[in-house]
Amino acid sequence: MTPMTPTTPLLAQATAEATVSTGEAIAFWILGPLALAGALGMVFARNAVHSALWLVLTMLTLGLLYLAQQAQFLGFTQIIVYTGAIMMLFLFVLMLAGRDSSDSVVEVLRGQRLAGALLGVGVAGLFATAMARGLADVTPAAPLDPWSPEGGGAGGLGRVIFGDYLFPFELTAALLITAAMGGMVLSFTTRHGKGGRKTQRELVEARFRGEYERPSPKPGPGVFATANSVATPALLPDGSVAPESLSELIENTSAARLEEQRRQVAGDVPKPDAHALVAPDESEEGKGK
Amino acid sequence: MTPMLAQAQEPMTRAELLADDPLWLILLKCVVVLLIGPILTIFLIVWERKAVGRMQNRTGPNRVGPHGYLQSLADAIKLPFKEQVIPDTADRKIYFMAPVIAVVPALIGLAAIPFGPEVSIFGERTVLQLVELPVGVLLVLAGASIGVYGIVLAGWSSGSPYPLLGGLRSTAQVISYEIAMGLAIIGVALYAQSLSTGQIVDAQQSGWFFYLLLPSFVIYLISMVGETNRAPFDLPEAESELVGGFHTEYSSMKFAMFFLAEYVNMVIVSAFATTLFLGGYLFPFVGADSPLNQGWLPVLWFFAKTFLLLFCFIWLRGTLPRFRYDQFMKLGWKVLVPLGLIWVVLISAVRAIRNDGNVSTGQILVIGGIVIAVIVLLSLLLPEKKVPDSDSVPVTGGGHPVPPLDLRVPETTPRRKALKAKARSSRKQPAAVASAKEDSDGDV
Repeated sequence: MTPMTPTTPLLAQATAEATVSTGEAIAFWILGPLALAGALGMVFARNAVHSALWLVLTMLTLGLLYLAQQAQFLGFTQIIVYTGAIMMLFLFVLMLAGRDSSDSVVEVLRGQRLAGALLGVGVAGLFATAMARGLADVTPAAPLDPWSPEGGGAGGLGRVIFGDYLFPFELTAALLITAAMGGMVLSFTTRHGKGGRKTQRELVEARFRGEYERPSPKPGPGVFATANSVATPALLPDGSVAPESLSELIENTSAARLEEQRRQVAGDVPKPDAHALVAPDESEEGKGK
Repeated sequence: MTPMLAQAQEPMTRAELLADDPLWLILLKCVVVLLIGPILTIFLIVWERKAVGRMQNRTGPNRVGPHGYLQSLADAIKLPFKEQVIPDTADRKIYFMAPVIAVVPALIGLAAIPFGPEVSIFGERTVLQLVELPVGVLLVLAGASIGVYGIVLAGWSSGSPYPLLGGLRSTAQVISYEIAMGLAIIGVALYAQSLSTGQIVDAQQSGWFFYLLLPSFVIYLISMVGETNRAPFDLPEAESELVGGFHTEYSSMKFAMFFLAEYVNMVIVSAFATTLFLGGYLFPFVGADSPLNQGWLPVLWFFAKTFLLLFCFIWLRGTLPRFRYDQFMKLGWKVLVPLGLIWVVLISAVRAIRNDGNVSTGQILVIGGIVIAVIVLLSLLLPEKKVPDSDSVPVTGGGHPVPPLDLRVPETTPRRKALKAKARSSRKQPAAVASAKEDSDGDV
């Protein structure tokens, strides 16, 4: 069984050969510039989320390019894994960081920019020579048949990964697991240590022990009251007004304006006898409204 | 494995049949596949509202059209004409793009679903499927994973906190439930020995996968509800917590597009589950050469199964309350993913042993039974975890006065005695009533 030919280096030479079908050429000339635009946009976008989205575009077009070259399994895996999972994680972190945060332009590591520029030029040189060689020397591979196991399907690819390239594969897996474990160790806070999160039950017990302001949440306005308006104060079970339920924020119903109603609801104001043939006080009611 | 039983007379695979479709037939299929989603959406919305209404002892929509069945058609006409409200803080380009990103991949997903076997359309022999890829299953998964970008970006670009929270929840939800879904599908791929949807249906002629691969089916069912953001997993748009979640700031046609995307996604995951686990377009208990599995009839079976699953979506929504977010994540990562991994290893082991050829089914069963018995015995050796008694009340401590455990309530108290004496004396002396009444008025 022959190992799969890597697909990426074929991209450049694909258009140069006369054997390339028209459909593939059209796909390349549409998708190639799009991928390039995505890469450039990623570098030059001011906003971090926009930058990530440009990168998504590049990943997506790469996946489509693989599809155009009959490497269907590779293409869809690229879309699912890179655009679907990895870039989604990127977005997740960027969204948590906030939309208005911008890059810092302060050079933290000494000589970082110089080293970065030198390495960048070096990598660009490597790519250029590889491209030049790809355009000139390489003979085109025979088109893949995606229905056969050798044609880049899941079965053939699995055999190559778990047979010929098992050791690099396991090394990569170990690296990734180490990274994930490191991240977990760094960010893990134990529940039992100091400052750890309490369970719901522990929190309730602490509340009743008096470690917090009050055992229950603050009463919502209107609880036990005669109306469900937010302006109506909550009544405690004994009929008195719960002072916490009076909102200081609602301008129209400042605590001073409610004073009269509060006294009335609390029963401090003397009421006429139940048998007395007297209507309720009109002026007081009018004020209440 | 012979996946081409359906085309026994002429050994032409589904892919070959599709490959020589003329252009007009491909266009026709494209139009039909594109229309299935929106039409089913319009029907599903009104069906859901009526079914949930019946579950809650209401009639549901009953004004527009016969029995209210044209309600969502009226809504669909109304929505594009409503005013668009765009928040000032919105990131406008992404805000406009997000609904489109949500809808388009959703509409693509149906392309890989096989709706029926070989038929003849205007004299042209073909199969009822737009495209047969060797990796058709991945096409549907890729569509789902791209479509979520719409929701996430909608949440981010709206520029207000509730949609952002909805978007964040959606991201975490999709990443965790896609893993579970992928693990469920691996089982099917291992059994069918193919990732192409048509061959998976053909592989189920000897038995549907929902009972052959029951754990996979259950995991898929749960994760498909999580993947489509439907109750009880509709946390990105939890209206009791986040107003409307990711689409809080959307209105008019853009809001309608999110609605469309959600319902088309429901249709796709249901159709996908039908294809993977419920035998696709096959009729139960008969072979592929039976007249029930020939011609146009299988389309009926396919949609019957899909509608059954869609009704389950509605039923779930009418029955279950929404999950709390941490419980939902716990279910995904601590139950579904480990279960899926164990199940995949189990299937691979059984298949590897089977493919070896030297082992009979009886031997597999005996060895499996021994392994299970050993595991059960080992689990008995584990020390039992001490469960704290949740009903116990702390007797002392905390600084509160607590009555003693041997407290006996006395039959009578001095106060009660005094009251009784008072009542007796008042019966003797009616003159005292007036003064007593005055006292009680003051108390009340």
